[in-house]
Amino acid sequence: MRLQLSAEDQAFREEMREFFTTQVPQDIRDAVINRGELTRDQIVRSQQALNAGGLAVPGWPVEWGGKDWTQLQRHIWHEEMQLAGVMPPLAFNASMVGPVIATFGSQELKERFLPATANLDIWWSQGFSEPDAGSDLAGLRTTAVRDGDEYVVNGQKTWTTLGQYGDWIFTLVRTDPDAPKKQMGISFLLIDMKSEGLTVRPIELIDGGHEVNEVFFDNVRVPAENLVGEENKGWTYAKFLLGNERVGIARVGDSQLHLASAKKKAKEQGVFEQYASRIADIENQLTALELTALRVAAGSSGDKPHPASSVLKIKGSQLTQAVSDLLVDLEGPAAITSRDTRVFLNNRKVSIYGGSNEIQRQIIAGTILGL
Amino acid sequence: MDFTIDSEQKALVKAVRGLITNVYESSEARREVTKTEPGFAAWDKLAEMGVLSLPFEASPVEVSLAAEELGKVIAPDPFVEAIVLAGGLIEALGTDEQKKQYVDAIAGGEVLPILAWLEPGKRWSTQASVTFADGKLNGVKAPVVQAERADLLLVTAALPEGGTGVFLVEGATAVETAVTNDGSRAATVTFGDTPAVQLGEGGDQTAALEVALDRARIAYAHEALGAMETALTTTVGYLKTRKQFGVTLNTFQALNHRAADMYVALELARSTITWATIVAADEDTTPEQLATAASHAALQVSVAGRHIGLDAIQLHGGIGMTAEYSVGHYASRLLAIEHLVGDGEFHRARLAATVGDHDVFDPIG
Repeated sequence: MRLQLSAEDQAFREEMREFFTTQVPQDIRDAVINRGELTRDQIVRSQQALNAGGLAVPGWPVEWGGKDWTQLQRHIWHEEMQLAGVMPPLAFNASMVGPVIATFGSQELKERFLPATANLDIWWSQGFSEPDAGSDLAGLRTTAVRDGDEYVVNGQKTWTTLGQYGDWIFTLVRTDPDAPKKQMGISFLLIDMKSEGLTVRPIELIDGGHEVNEVFFDNVRVPAENLVGEENKGWTYAKFLLGNERVGIARVGDSQLHLASAKKKAKEQGVFEQYASRIADIENQLTALELTALRVAAGSSGDKPHPASSVLKIKGSQLTQAVSDLLVDLEGPAAITSRDTRVFLNNRKVSIYGGSNEIQRQIIAGTILGL
Repeated sequence: MDFTIDSEQKALVKAVRGLITNVYESSEARREVTKTEPGFAAWDKLAEMGVLSLPFEASPVEVSLAAEELGKVIAPDPFVEAIVLAGGLIEALGTDEQKKQYVDAIAGGEVLPILAWLEPGKRWSTQASVTFADGKLNGVKAPVVQAERADLLLVTAALPEGGTGVFLVEGATAVETAVTNDGSRAATVTFGDTPAVQLGEGGDQTAALEVALDRARIAYAHEALGAMETALTTTVGYLKTRKQFGVTLNTFQALNHRAADMYVALELARSTITWATIVAADEDTTPEQLATAASHAALQVSVAGRHIGLDAIQLHGGIGMTAEYSVGHYASRLLAIEHLVGDGEFHRARLAATVGDHDVFDPIG
């Protein structure tokens, strides 16, 4: 047992800290630290600064810009990024579609899409969920029917986060409606969002913001070459995608950063004593979460996710919400017009998306406890 | 950063487990032992195996590994109380002569020392009301775990010149013993001009006392971790086998989700508690860092211990309430550990006192 990081990992941590605090534009970091809403341009510039330093897509294969890092290094990269107020690379690009194309796509697809995806020259949207297929994703109904060299896509996707900014959307579509199991007969298709027949409709959320959308496909014609991998094998790729991004799932750095803001705010308002016990309690839980994330990262072999990832998702989302709750409470009556209240409302999502906490409990009960 | 243990440590775990599960082979066997005096039965065997010498000869890692195994069967033997805490104080403060006199005897199981530091009406303060003057102690200590069985009491007392010292009392004192909630024994010990000798060089020994308590807190946390693990494993086993409405309980999602939450609490507690041991084992750790780590671990024990211990009872239904069944005893021991070295509020307040001194707490900084 050893307390400190190895000298190598410590140096790596310093290097990351140095990069994130000096190479990412200050206005963007300030916006993150102040819990502001980033513009599309800020998100793009932020990722391009990371990509210029070779730090946007460390999880990819090395030939496409990845780093041959250990899980622990990826963990450190992610935590330091959040602590510095740097927005992680756009997940749709960096941890979802990118690894799928790099692993299952043709050479042509790789060359066409991967550099632009890493640099956020193409903004990807995710087209998985449907009105009747959320956690039960395999129930999706959007169809793609082969017609010569094209697929004709019809149906509807929903919860398409930041879809209003999207250039392309990666989708799961049903290519074989007669498949014996609902997980079969699904394909992974890349669609240009400027295609005729594709419309994006905003969904307003309880925080008054607009970050999710519905996407409708009305006889959208998609070149067959945009199919990733084999037809009807989409479920395999989707599982790979969903299991791929475990790093940073706990959002520890983010919560630590905002807890530090809460401390500052409590002091400014002269109520630190009153809140110190609650702050200490949250910090105690965050410490447990961070140490668990380190255990998982240090204990993971290769890319295989540690079975305790669900622990990180559940507790990570609970603590994101706990810090958010604290910040709202510290606003006092000003809360009713405060940005923090919008964030509080918005943060209800973290225990819902990415497999709701109830789904995570099912995973723990089933795969870890054998219930 | 490394949370794993080496092969020698694994061998130690295996040996302690073998010994302790042999003595306490079932919940019923443990119950029989706690019903008869002095309420524990593995002491001589633990001494023979060298477990009682671990705090004197090995690192906090080995101490914690042993404590965790004892916790898994909630062994009633006062390992942390006598060996880690009282023995640790003699090791830290004793004169060469005192160490020579006591340490080997303690490690050999011949002398059982107990620290009497808690007082009636007070919480977990190291400031004593019992006084020491002219070679004599006056006042009351309670609860003092296993005071009646102890061969040597280490008594904290206020010094005439201010501060707290530690004093040794051998032999008979006025002791009134009660059975504790977890099947152990604890006494009210009254000192009336009781002759005592100072431990070590004397003077204000509060700092050493705090360090010894923090080390004990971390060892207790491991004991609690072992207990929490068994409580969860037992509960999961029950959910898989117990039938109601013609099906096993794990058919009911609500119950499985509660078990999943117990697992979440256990794993998070395990991370903090293991880390606290690593902090204690690091030679560069300051007393302040040790105190912080101990409080983080103890707070996890308080919150997770109650969550896991009490839900274990709930998920067992009525059987969980019975003394014939094991899980209730686990909940009871977890509750006792919490109250021996500071409950959740106590440790939350200790952490709150310094939480404004840093922006972000970095456990591996």
